[in-house]
Amino acid sequence: MGDTLHIDWTSCDGRGLCTELLPQLLARDDWGYPLARHGDRTNVGIGAGDSQAARDAVALCPRLALSLKTAP
Amino acid sequence: MWAVGRMSGFVALALFTMTVLLGILTRSGRPLLAIPRFSVTLLHRNLSLLATVFLLLHVGTLLLDSYAQLNIVDVVVPFLGSFKPFWQGLGTVALDLVLALVVTGLLRHRIGQRAFRAVHWFSYAMWPIALGHAIGNGTNGGNGWFLAGASIAVLLLAAATAWRVSAAFLETSKVRQGGLS
Repeated sequence: MGDTLHIDWTSCDGRGLCTELLPQLLARDDWGYPLARHGDRTNVGIGAGDSQAARDAVALCPRLALSLKTAP
Repeated sequence: MWAVGRMSGFVALALFTMTVLLGILTRSGRPLLAIPRFSVTLLHRNLSLLATVFLLLHVGTLLLDSYAQLNIVDVVVPFLGSFKPFWQGLGTVALDLVLALVVTGLLRHRIGQRAFRAVHWFSYAMWPIALGHAIGNGTNGGNGWFLAGASIAVLLLAAATAWRVSAAFLETSKVRQGGLS
């Protein structure tokens, strides 16, 4: 299993920054919350090409709801 | 020194005005025309840092200027200045608030969302205090052109704040207020 982007749903407010930075991984539901396009909805798998965008999303999330989990 | 000190004060105030407006916009979760949300957030952050640089220039040059008669205590502790202590003190309060805002902003990931937010609310207090300092203490504070610009800024900020507390503020407010069908 590769790296994952963990979404803390108690913090997330659906502001939409992560869905802009990672459009290939995350869609937006009607309420603005991120919705993984495939696989786990809370620990979203990210490929090598998405790692920089994922780091940007973690840094910019206005609610600090995102964290990166690197595969051991 | 005197001229630089005055000009940098204007520039800092103008940049802080834009920063607060962009901050309110970024809180709404909306993009700005063609500018995506993450860019609005970055603009908000970078403009605020630029404004802080001009603020430090403003304070630094006037501290070195002999005419302004500032000392290092006036920079940190408000209302002790020799010239118009109240209006100068407002500037000191604004400076202290800006420093707190910048430090907590840069350490957001360390101190956590709750502490960051508690301090960040003070930006709504910082802006009117800084404007009061500009009008009361500035050499051009009472000039027509300055008051005209300040009135526009006040109207913009008042409109943005009214929008901020309105029910339609959030991008998703319509769906989130709707009942389950």
